[in-house]
Amino acid sequence: MSDTHQQSIGYVRDSMLPETAPPLGEAGAIKWARANLFSSVANGILTLVALFTIYLLISAVLPWILNGIWEAPSIRACREILDGATGGCFAVLTERWNQLLFGFKYPSDIYWRPTLAFVLLFVAIAPVLFRKVFPAQMLVFTALYPFVAYYLIWGGSILIPIFALLGFVVGYLVYSRFVAQSFAAGFFGGIVAALLFWYVTGFLPVEGILALEEVPSRDMGGFMLNLILGTVCVSLSIPFGIALALGRQSDMPIIKWICVVFIEFIRGVPLITLLFVANVVLAYFLPPGTNFDLILRVIIMITMFASAYIAEVIRGGLAALPNGQYEAGDSLGLDYAQKMRLIILPQALKISIPGIVNVAVGLFKDTTLVSVISMFDLVGMIRGPILASTEWNGVYWELLSFAALLFFVVCYGISQYSQWLERELQTDHR
Amino acid sequence: MAEAAQLNVSDEVAVSIENMNKWYGTFHVLRDIDLTVYRGERIVIAGPSGSGKSTLIRCINALEEHQKGRITVDGTVLSSDLKNIDRIRSEVGMVFQHFNLFPHLTILENCTLAPIWVRKTPKKEAEELAMHFLTKVKIPDQANKYPGQLSGGQQQRVAIARSLCMQPRIMLFDEPTSALDPEMIKEVLDTMVQLAEEGMTMLCVTHEMGFARQVANRVIFMDAGQIVEQNEPEEFFLNPQHERTKLFLSQILGH
Repeated sequence: MSDTHQQSIGYVRDSMLPETAPPLGEAGAIKWARANLFSSVANGILTLVALFTIYLLISAVLPWILNGIWEAPSIRACREILDGATGGCFAVLTERWNQLLFGFKYPSDIYWRPTLAFVLLFVAIAPVLFRKVFPAQMLVFTALYPFVAYYLIWGGSILIPIFALLGFVVGYLVYSRFVAQSFAAGFFGGIVAALLFWYVTGFLPVEGILALEEVPSRDMGGFMLNLILGTVCVSLSIPFGIALALGRQSDMPIIKWICVVFIEFIRGVPLITLLFVANVVLAYFLPPGTNFDLILRVIIMITMFASAYIAEVIRGGLAALPNGQYEAGDSLGLDYAQKMRLIILPQALKISIPGIVNVAVGLFKDTTLVSVISMFDLVGMIRGPILASTEWNGVYWELLSFAALLFFVVCYGISQYSQWLERELQTDHR
Repeated sequence: MAEAAQLNVSDEVAVSIENMNKWYGTFHVLRDIDLTVYRGERIVIAGPSGSGKSTLIRCINALEEHQKGRITVDGTVLSSDLKNIDRIRSEVGMVFQHFNLFPHLTILENCTLAPIWVRKTPKKEAEELAMHFLTKVKIPDQANKYPGQLSGGQQQRVAIARSLCMQPRIMLFDEPTSALDPEMIKEVLDTMVQLAEEGMTMLCVTHEMGFARQVANRVIFMDAGQIVEQNEPEEFFLNPQHERTKLFLSQILGH
């Protein structure tokens, strides 16, 4: 058919070609290996060298792990049991397990409380992370979770978290009362009302009402402290980052410049400096006698730090949206808040996911920096009380590998989730 | 004026623009624009690129600010008050050259978004309304797809349906067919013709002169930010008066 009219210019196709399958591709493991591993002599040599390197690594690490000692009172006991053979002294992990997770001052009889808070954390974030799987009613628990978790981990009177919660409720009620008149009136009115409520309830006697045993902030430690700081700071810095990014684009010069100065200043200062400020300097500026919790100070500093970075990531997402999206929203009569919430932010945040996750993972690992201001987080515990003890002096590899593993599990999980989320939100080329 | 062109046009003023001027920085984009649009009119605005035609219709729903003069839409004077602007925008539909559909929402959600949030229409009612207009632009079967899965012509028809869902009293078209393949232009123009026949007040910036002849009751020719000539289509095409209009028509109708 195709060669019938080759010689003449005039040509009329008498039948359209049917759709056909592509030729059967080369398949099978051998062909794959030939194509990918041994496609040339040089590639073949490189493959063999790579295989040999992997073999060396595994043959060094595997006996260390498999031969490891899990039950021993000290490093000397470990070495006696091993008797010169290769093997890790993982007994330090079993021996100091609770210290690694909870720090060395948290009362051991109430370990169940932070553990329960940790389990509930999954219930609380599930409806946020997987909106299609879990019912929206679960978000009520998500909203209550910070107060539940505070009550469980810090203990004390139940009235403190309840007052904290009620302050937010009061603020919201005032906001929704005044927002119809003007957004600024509602916004600042809500903040003032909440602060006033907290100030007034500060005078009420709260001791002993449904109280759990109280644990002061300086007794928090171990991986628990990293998780507290990581979870709180990530979940706070995303909304603050969004607000800063939108503020930086604002038409109102004062708001714009406040955001620009904040972002540029915070980004230009090392986190360690901010943490030292939180630890030492802040105390000089506060009125004497104010008990401003150390963990709270650290949370404020890390959140400020991370939100400045997230703001810049989101600004990138906002800049990537075509102007037509703003105009389409405008032309339909949506107001600023509706336009941002329904049209601009869903798209800008989707574009920003890789960047936000980058910051979140970095932030979570940076929580180990609190060990330099003598807080005993996981790394602080390892460097301080555990390695300094006579029993375990010198067990670096096992302890630091364990810390690395814990952080890796969490960070890899976050990364995998974000990639899943990106695929889930993809609406083109389906 | 021909009788057909007068059909459906009432004495009621839909948009009135008086002595309107606009500058981009120091660049004078629109100069002394005076234009009164009566309800039911179909006005086509033509002119070379950079003549200010798009800017003109974008001033009507305040996508662009004007610095001098007065624009009255549906009896409301356009001011810088945000609530005033939002109200006018909800009465004035707009269709863009690049469709500007919301890619993260389905076709149906694109159409129901503004009725639900701006008009506070119950969701179910908004969906019925959306399906009504999607049927009208002949793509009800695509309602649950995303914009990225549709052809350009289909996307532009969705954009028209999305505007209609707000039940606007005036429609603005900003070169609605300029980004489309030739085969898709017709399906969009057909939808616009249908809309015109139903008596919608329309202002279209377009280069489709066939459409102008068939549908418009008035053609406006702009150059250098000014209205150079306006007339009913027959006269405009057969007997242009201004030198610039003659040149423009000879350029675009030349082949």
